[in-house]
Amino acid sequence: MRAAIRIEALAKGFTLHLQGGIGFQVLRDAALTVMPGECVALTGPSGAGKSTLMRCLQGNYGADAGHIWLHHRGADVDLAAADARLVREIRRETLGYVSQFLRVIPRVSARDVVAEPLLARGTPRAQAEGRATALLTRLNLPSRLHGLPPATFSGGEQQRVNLARGFAPHYPILLLDEPTASLDAANREVVIGLIAEAKARGAALVGIFHDIEVRDRVADRTRDILPLEDAA
Amino acid sequence: MSAALLEACGLHLRFGAVRALDDVALEIHPGEVVAIVGESGSGKSTLLRVLAGHVPAQAGRVLYRDAAGDAQEIGALSEAAKRRLMRSEWGFVHQNARDGLRMGISAGGNIGERLMSAGTRNYTEIRTAAADWMARVEMDPARIDEAPRNFSGGMQQRLQIARCLVTQPRLVFMDEPTGGLDVSVQARLLDLIRGLVAELGLAVFFVTHDIAAARLLAHRIIVMRHGRIVEEGLADRVLDDPRHAYTQLLVASVLSA
Repeated sequence: MRAAIRIEALAKGFTLHLQGGIGFQVLRDAALTVMPGECVALTGPSGAGKSTLMRCLQGNYGADAGHIWLHHRGADVDLAAADARLVREIRRETLGYVSQFLRVIPRVSARDVVAEPLLARGTPRAQAEGRATALLTRLNLPSRLHGLPPATFSGGEQQRVNLARGFAPHYPILLLDEPTASLDAANREVVIGLIAEAKARGAALVGIFHDIEVRDRVADRTRDILPLEDAA
Repeated sequence: MSAALLEACGLHLRFGAVRALDDVALEIHPGEVVAIVGESGSGKSTLLRVLAGHVPAQAGRVLYRDAAGDAQEIGALSEAAKRRLMRSEWGFVHQNARDGLRMGISAGGNIGERLMSAGTRNYTEIRTAAADWMARVEMDPARIDEAPRNFSGGMQQRLQIARCLVTQPRLVFMDEPTGGLDVSVQARLLDLIRGLVAELGLAVFFVTHDIAAARLLAHRIIVMRHGRIVEEGLADRVLDDPRHAYTQLLVASVLSA
């Protein structure tokens, strides 16, 4: 079986021009392979680079060196070398991301926030909205909120909208950044169920889970990210 | 992947000692929304005017692939050919609605005029399309016979957008489309543009100094300074992982509410 994700010799650092040009290296020679149907939890101390690795893997941060091979449209594509249009195509069809916080768009309802990635992939509107409603309902978001913009929702409600948006399109690769951080026990169970279903479908998942119980139940293995010794 | 809709290379333009454009190259593909950001004097509005053929560059060229699939060099087109392109396949939204509207004719007339110049002759059809487009830009179609001066700034801007989009252009240029409007009006207009662009699959170049607007609307961001492109790429990457000192300064200068 071919890997869904294969990170090789990834390096990422930052140069802060506004702080006198100081530079620091966060990742050096990082590697990670994830097979379809597998969930890998990134572990390690805070500040070690877990989030940086996730953001590189999402294309949000540009890699300085190395490769991020993703299985996309039947071939291995290097996200680290992809141009803006290819990254958008990969995100539309292959790569989903559930961030910790929802970026709210004025006037767009929760249902439309969830349906949007489905519509972008060509799902007919009625079907996309039906799926959005079903997922929001499963995540216990009261139906009176489905038609409202999430700007005024609580943190937990916004996170559930975000989760529904990430799980709706059945991406072959899904990244999860603290997906249960502000959820109660019942909704945590729903998320654990959604992750299990995604794995059963053959999706490859990478997550940061500070909730040890959730991590133990969903992750097939962990990958420790340790701080670089000379990081300053 | 599809061929570029418009591509430019080696663009140079000087105003006296000022380099307004200094070796600028870029492209846009069908359905792509590209924000050109920078501060006043960075050359971003000049770039837009050169791309749209309003101002000739002193060197370099702009190629546009038209609906028939033929590459047209914008600088080499006759004025008549440029006007034809402007009326049919292109649209231009000015910062000041007065520059894009005919203030002496009605709202419906402003929308209908563009349809007529694109060849539509049937009066009922034109009036129906005008009313339909007023509704799409969230204006009351009952006000179709009122003059633009009766409308607020935000409404005039929406009318200008309706006038521009009624002929279903393939490429739209927007110069600070929300500049000079109240913040609440800006948000609504941005959201309207966002919806229409996605629904119609438009390719859009829009110039803005508003980083938040660029994040909301753009797929790709081009950062300009002193007439040069200093950084370019995927919108969220340029904003979250800026490489160039100037981009870092722009991003760091945004106040988050």
